[in-house]
Amino acid sequence: MSALLEARGLRKEFPVQRGVLRRTTGRVRAVAGVDIALEAGECFGLVGESGSGKTTLGRCLLRLIEPTAGELRFRGEELLGLKPRELRRRRRWLQMIFQDPYGSLNPRMSVGRILSEPLEVHGTVPRAQRSRRVAELLTLVGLPAEAADRYPHEFSGGQRQRIGVARAVAPEPALIVADEPVSALDVSVRAQIVNLLADLQQRLGLTLLFIAHDLAVVEQIADRVGVMYLGRIVELAPVAELFARPLHPYTVSLLSAVPVPEPARTRQRILLPGEPPSPLDPPSGCAFHPRCPIARPRCAEEEPPLAAAGPGRLVACHYPGELEAPPAAGTF
Amino acid sequence: MAFPAGQGWLPVVRDVSFEVRPGEFLGLVGESGSGKTLTGLAVLRLLPAGARITGGTIELEGRDLGSLSESEMREVRGARVAMVFQEPMTALNPVFTVGFQIAEAVRAHRRLSRREAREAAAELLEMVAIPAAEQRLRDYPHQLSGGQRQRVMLAIALASRPRLLIADEPTTAVDVTVQAQLLDLLERLRDELGLAVLLITHDLAVVAETCDRVVVLYAGQVVEEATVERLFAAPAHPYTRGLLGAVPRLGRPAPRGRLPAIPGQVPDPWRLPPGCPFHPRCPEAMEECGRREPPFYPLAAGGGARCLLHDEARRAEEGR
Repeated sequence: MSALLEARGLRKEFPVQRGVLRRTTGRVRAVAGVDIALEAGECFGLVGESGSGKTTLGRCLLRLIEPTAGELRFRGEELLGLKPRELRRRRRWLQMIFQDPYGSLNPRMSVGRILSEPLEVHGTVPRAQRSRRVAELLTLVGLPAEAADRYPHEFSGGQRQRIGVARAVAPEPALIVADEPVSALDVSVRAQIVNLLADLQQRLGLTLLFIAHDLAVVEQIADRVGVMYLGRIVELAPVAELFARPLHPYTVSLLSAVPVPEPARTRQRILLPGEPPSPLDPPSGCAFHPRCPIARPRCAEEEPPLAAAGPGRLVACHYPGELEAPPAAGTF
Repeated sequence: MAFPAGQGWLPVVRDVSFEVRPGEFLGLVGESGSGKTLTGLAVLRLLPAGARITGGTIELEGRDLGSLSESEMREVRGARVAMVFQEPMTALNPVFTVGFQIAEAVRAHRRLSRREAREAAAELLEMVAIPAAEQRLRDYPHQLSGGQRQRVMLAIALASRPRLLIADEPTTAVDVTVQAQLLDLLERLRDELGLAVLLITHDLAVVAETCDRVVVLYAGQVVEEATVERLFAAPAHPYTRGLLGAVPRLGRPAPRGRLPAIPGQVPDPWRLPPGCPFHPRCPEAMEECGRREPPFYPLAAGGGARCLLHDEARRAEEGR
């Protein structure tokens, strides 16, 4: 396998401005040096809590926002130096699905218009065939072809997200970044959209970057998972291994905090003290050390690099694997 | 409960009955539009503009809340029943300090001097496990994190020592590690204060971990009621079964990567299907379900379900 999209040392800083004169008084490091390579045809799950930088990273990877530093290669070609016009020509390969199916569809455009616009912009389908392609796209995402004549407000949240998916696959992209695509949906509809994305990813041979805070959903759909904390990837592993044997104490605690719909299974949660620190003022050394149950003096001084930890696994911790997952008593 | 609609009334909560016992965690589970939040508000007689309770009674410690005057009701709110909301940022006043807002709640129910109220406020903040409580009293809501704001809301709710706490999606807006802290805190408060909690949520996993009993709502009706153990071991309503199947479980992904999804969408209250409102999405729907609205059948295993599958007469006939 070769990397479809590869980022090295990717950083994104936002200036913090204060006062009437909007003087820059500091910098928020939203993405603080990330190396990531997405393989063609895989689903990569990116998890983390709010403020971990997962959304910013997703947008930087598509150059929807400009990274502050780093390299970003798509099919071996550097994207960061490209002029807007050149970048626009690559856009058809790089698409996005947004979290909010209400805010991300233009309410004044019919669904047919929403779906034929990308075909027109990227010139992938001649005018005469566009309405047929729109009907195909609607069928592909499980909507009736008549939906083309209706407007977004006539649809429920789940149906709107289907439209968002159809728009993303319309120009036949190679990579789709889906940013929390199901978190705004009802539980009973969420499973439909997760299944749809998994189906399309396989049928169309798409590479999918699935950003979510819901670990159970990511376990369901991803091949590999990266865990972010304060702008960095702290652990990366194939999905089964990450969930069976997490190595970073943050991953261990995160997994233990997820409630499980099984009342007979009384687990012990690892209660992390406090909340994720502000990216405005990150802690010294390992960013997780103030909350880490096994932190030692070295952790406050030295930042652990993201290093190999077995086949296909990376972890950024001085003492990986030392924090054991709490036992699940009464598992049936 | 109904909203005015055209010439008549649009019912949004229909014949919902349940009870919460002292020291109990009752989960009120439903998706958007199920009427779970409105049910919670109705307990406090806090209705959205225009809405009306068109029937039924609400009793608190044996007292009929429906017969109380508005000023008597104000005594009940806070003093006996308190509520916390999903979004603590909009529920807190941004221009007053946290200490002022908690002290205000304390003084609304107890005759205390300013100084005493401030001390009580610090105690409350300690109770909800906010570190350095004395200093936090001087903070404004925007200076706190999401989890801390939710704790401040809890402190305000607890200021008058209520017997029942209505918590509407209290952990939906926070991260999972913070959610674990908040759920732990709620359980501790139940143990220490004997607080009863009506937990309104869409998250069955949260219910499994915290609640004693569950009421499942769909389209404004109770479709199932059960102890948590019974609900998860033997769900009686097809909707409950569908919901449980559609929630991915950590540590055991669904086979071949496909979650058993419930087809279709949650219906609009003004376009409810005839008969059982769930029948168009129900994998076990029978011809009769589209014609007859099922009553609530009590079950031998405890609780009950609103589904014709549990109609004894029907089942006897089928057996013949």
